[in-house]
Amino acid sequence: MSRIKNKFLELKKKKEKALIAYIMVGYPNEKTTISAIRGLLKGGADIIEIGFPFSDPIADGPVIQNASTISLNKGTKLENFFQIIKKIRKETDVPLVLMTYTNILYRKGFDKFMKRAKSVGIDGLILPDMAVEESKTYLDAARKNQLDTIFLISPNTSTERIKKILKATSGFLYLVSIYGTTGMHTRIQKYTIDAIKKTKKIVNKKIPIGIGFGVYTPDDARNFLSLGVDAIIVGSAFLRLIDQTPFEKIESKIATFTKSLKNTTR
Amino acid sequence: MKTSLPKQGRFGDYGGRYIPETLVPAIEELEENYLKFKDDKNFKKELDYYLKYYAGRPTPLYFAKNLTEKIGGAKIYLKKRGLASCGAHKINNTLGQALLAKKMKKKRIIAETGAGQHGVATAMACACLGIHSEVYMGYKDTIRQKLNVFRMNLLGSKVHPVKSGSQTLKDAINEAIRDWITNVDTTYYLLGSAVGPHPYPVMVRDFQSVIGKEIKKQMKKINNKTPDAVVACVGGGSNAIGTFYPLLDSDTEMIGVEAAGLGLKTDKHSATLSAGSKGVLHGMMTYLLQDKEGQIRETHSISAGLDYPGVGPEHSYLKDTGRVKYHSATDKEVIDAFLLLTRTEGIIPALESAHAIADVIKLAKKRPKSESIVVTLSGRGDKDVEIVEEYMKKHVKN
Repeated sequence: MSRIKNKFLELKKKKEKALIAYIMVGYPNEKTTISAIRGLLKGGADIIEIGFPFSDPIADGPVIQNASTISLNKGTKLENFFQIIKKIRKETDVPLVLMTYTNILYRKGFDKFMKRAKSVGIDGLILPDMAVEESKTYLDAARKNQLDTIFLISPNTSTERIKKILKATSGFLYLVSIYGTTGMHTRIQKYTIDAIKKTKKIVNKKIPIGIGFGVYTPDDARNFLSLGVDAIIVGSAFLRLIDQTPFEKIESKIATFTKSLKNTTR
Repeated sequence: MKTSLPKQGRFGDYGGRYIPETLVPAIEELEENYLKFKDDKNFKKELDYYLKYYAGRPTPLYFAKNLTEKIGGAKIYLKKRGLASCGAHKINNTLGQALLAKKMKKKRIIAETGAGQHGVATAMACACLGIHSEVYMGYKDTIRQKLNVFRMNLLGSKVHPVKSGSQTLKDAINEAIRDWITNVDTTYYLLGSAVGPHPYPVMVRDFQSVIGKEIKKQMKKINNKTPDAVVACVGGGSNAIGTFYPLLDSDTEMIGVEAAGLGLKTDKHSATLSAGSKGVLHGMMTYLLQDKEGQIRETHSISAGLDYPGVGPEHSYLKDTGRVKYHSATDKEVIDAFLLLTRTEGIIPALESAHAIADVIKLAKKRPKSESIVVTLSGRGDKDVEIVEEYMKKHVKN
């Protein structure tokens, strides 16, 4: 069974929801990434999403765009990413998910890329620009390499489409909370509440639902969890914290913030 | 890599729809409306009216007698799109799409622009049809084409300088897509080139096909046949696909000319088809300028309008099938061609179009006088005279 599936079963037994934490590899450098991941683990993150930078991240807001640019300017290459995952995998059994854009995988070849990703310890993939209609080759390679494929849905995704996307999704379903790019922080919108209700009904507990884009604080997390989602996904808030924290304090600061988020899931 | 993908929106392997989920309903709505209106009698009548009386089409096909004599080969004809009312071919597409947006009851139009020509054409079409418009433009481009920024402002459009990434056209597209994701319900994204997710490459091609249709008609009147060859510049490739598409089933030879910048052996060029590889950007699968890891490379061209690391997916297909040949011209060749056309014919071409002139100079020389070659002059060069002046100060004696 996949690590992600296992994790959700384990949490269910403990009557907990999942905290999924996102950071960008190489932002602002490799050693910070490693310290930050250790902080996330210490603070109790259930799943860690690691972003690999792409030059043209159309689904991302200014915080992740900026992190991508800095990481690329520092010379982050795929091999750096794989090495970091390899290292972290030796330290933990927490599911590790890669979030990047289609071209990064396509360029190397879906199968070749995934073989390597799997071998270093990646469990699943999120590609925000991979539409389900275009995903056959991607899905074939992921199944072959036993990687989960996490698809995104949006508040305006139709019932029919959600059903279609569910067939391609494994691990969890990623519900984008807002009309917007990553990192936009607003009050919970009525359309978001409606989207959660609708999605829950369609999904019917067949797969966990995670909500992301715009979850910044423990208060946000509590609010979303009270609406019945299975996981909260926090990204830009971690990158901001990294930005404001000197290297020596990264691990402890990240751990503290992670704990405050994780507490809302219990 | 072989991909098995839906037929819809594909030119061979190229094209498709690689987009964030939020945009899917908007793209589907667009496709549905485009298919509904494109053959609608009233829509066509209305668009024809604006194209004729507002944009000023058909534009003339001009026999470049002096240039032909100077080169001493095949007859060269210039399809003078630059005479259209905004100074470039872009107005064909913006009128078509803005009219469609109006039918779709959209209150706000956003667009990206490189050289500013598409931005100006959007601002004009929106002013004409009474729709609010906002234009994303790379910060670098706002500096090198500041006159166009002012023109857009005058026309009532809001210009957003984009400071992310390479601060050129590709980043302006990124930012326009992000805006669209955020305002998906109210906003129409008026893409300016034959790029992006389906249906844009098809729709932009169709709106630009007036160029090729006119060439066909005009050459028939002159020679009673299609031209022996057509030449057009290629950035995203909208004026080129508009030129080629109506002639694809004829035996006319077709040549697209990309920007070789400082040379194809350097990394300072924008010649995607000549030097690129397959990948996914801006919602489409197409040829891209990218590194080994799939990061998109920064590009260079003396003409802001060709400064783009991707190309319309139909061009990728036409390259692979061999129906169209894609060449490139360096900045230096382009300036020489710009000066030659200006001095022999008294026509100042846009630097984008001067790429096509650079190629036709070589081609016409090799061809007999009995042959006719049509060059699409996609725009006029008023916007570029400062850039040319600067280049000449640096590089050209006398």
